[in-house]
Amino acid sequence: MATLELGIDADVAAGSVGRPRRLGSLFWMAIGWMTFVFAAAALVSLLPIPSPTDMDMLERRAPMSALHWLGTDGLGRDELARLIYGARISLTVGICAPVIGITIGGAFGMLAGYFRGRFETLVVGSMDVLLAFPPLILALAVTAYLGQSILNLTCILGVLGIPAFMRVARAATLSLARREFVIAAQALGATHARILLRELLPNVFLPLLAFFLLGVAVTIVVEGALSFLGLGVPPPTPSWGSMIGEGRESLEIAPRLAFIPAITMFLTVLSFNLVGDTLRVFTDPRQGAL
Amino acid sequence: MTGPALLSVENVAVDLPTPRGNLRAVDQVDLSIGAGRTLGIVGESGCGKTMLSRAILQLLPKKARLSGRVMFDGQDLVALGPEPLRKLRGRSLAVVFQDPMTSLNPVLTIGTQLIETLQEHLELDGATARKRSVELLAAVGIPAPEQRLLQYPHQLSGGMRQRVAIAIALSCEPKLLIADEPTTALDVTIQAQILDLLAREQRRRHMAMILITHDLGVVAGRTDEVAVMYAGRIVERAPTPVLFRQMRMPYTAALLAAIPKIDAVPHTPLPAIGGRPPDPTRPVQGCSFSPRCRYAAGECYRTKPALAGAESCDHQYACFHPLASATGFRA
Repeated sequence: MATLELGIDADVAAGSVGRPRRLGSLFWMAIGWMTFVFAAAALVSLLPIPSPTDMDMLERRAPMSALHWLGTDGLGRDELARLIYGARISLTVGICAPVIGITIGGAFGMLAGYFRGRFETLVVGSMDVLLAFPPLILALAVTAYLGQSILNLTCILGVLGIPAFMRVARAATLSLARREFVIAAQALGATHARILLRELLPNVFLPLLAFFLLGVAVTIVVEGALSFLGLGVPPPTPSWGSMIGEGRESLEIAPRLAFIPAITMFLTVLSFNLVGDTLRVFTDPRQGAL
Repeated sequence: MTGPALLSVENVAVDLPTPRGNLRAVDQVDLSIGAGRTLGIVGESGCGKTMLSRAILQLLPKKARLSGRVMFDGQDLVALGPEPLRKLRGRSLAVVFQDPMTSLNPVLTIGTQLIETLQEHLELDGATARKRSVELLAAVGIPAPEQRLLQYPHQLSGGMRQRVAIAIALSCEPKLLIADEPTTALDVTIQAQILDLLAREQRRRHMAMILITHDLGVVAGRTDEVAVMYAGRIVERAPTPVLFRQMRMPYTAALLAAIPKIDAVPHTPLPAIGGRPPDPTRPVQGCSFSPRCRYAAGECYRTKPALAGAESCDHQYACFHPLASATGFRA
């Protein structure tokens, strides 16, 4: 993988030579696509595009035209508008849910890895329980009781992500807590809070951040799958998953209705994965070298 | 020993529970060091040197059990609560570790690590702490200290990193510095520089220092007193010149003989100490060195010799068959 080699190269050269770090063109293309999607989602209200929920029954499944750049869907709604509004939902859920995971999971993981003992057993045990719980059943149960909403969806996906973040944080903390610099900090009279926040957190944060980006990618896919199954955001709010789900019905007549959101999701997820991977490789060698 | 002791370790023992049974890492150790003095602790790997230093700092692994007293500046560190102990560490008691690769936080700049330590203990404001940091880095011989503050540990060489670690340890003017094999991970040429730096700063700050090493050569010119450890016990203790003039314990003599000599004929076999240190989970009944000692006889295998002085109370050794002066020289 090109990015991998370049990542190590750049790290070796860093500092001493002051040569600009090279991350590879794939990385920058991924960043470019992410920026594009984010900008479109953020500035959607300023763009001259029609409402994503306005139906035009005379223009059902209209082909691409100057009026509808990507055509219309089965109910005559503008496909481009739905795609961009869908990006809002997918990105909101895709980012907020891992934020819940990284905060709660990261905190528990670090505390468990640092203090060990009974607390660790308790945390790891409860996370195993959460992992063993079928995620789809949990999502079904929560939406059945609390109703379909973006908030509920985000919370479910966030909670489901906690164990993974906890494990990453705990594993990193376990290996770091034995390093001499932690004992050195103790020998310098640092409190537990200080060691956790100032000594360990900056070290644990890099692998967590890389994992966070992968988490975003996974969450976007899972949100799409749930919306596809009708468990995600309630209609008529567009999301990529529900758009693919609705496009499925007219797959023979107008395959683009399913494929355009699928390709958008694919590119976005790929971008997050690429950036996450590059960052992970980029941060790993330095961790190992010291 | 001049003046009252700054630190006195009284009857300290450290037990570590292991799957193979209880491991006695430090066995009934008595030591004391006066303000501004230097004590060398010498012994081979696994003899309990590091555990002893951790016991003094109260930084033992959680499962370890400590007995005895560690009196520092009139306070028993063993009985002290976590909060006063935390205040004492760094402020009065500081430590330099063996490996500067791991004893500095890899993701924080040198400046952050130094400045935060200063702010934490001395309650200085940012600008003053920064100024002090630059002075400290300059004092430990780091060129261009201003720029170094912005660098990360991996951008410095091993010797530089150890200098930074020493600067952090010295930052709060400790009364006692424990240097746990400070030069083991470094190049031979850098070793002497670091040891000279430690000695210079010690004299300047009138600070006591415990220098832990496996190299008798390191303690020779740089300590006031030397304690030799073997299998968790102190087996010989004397003022440095006295010890090097006349070694009593066969182990000390064997340790010295094992140092390669630069004037030896090429291909001279190095007189290594045969056998291995005793398994610390299976205590030896008699003298713990007896299985490897060529002078061992009868009594050595039955009873543990006590640390005692024959001719003067300064020179103590735990041996039934101490070397005479002539043998001491030969070995």
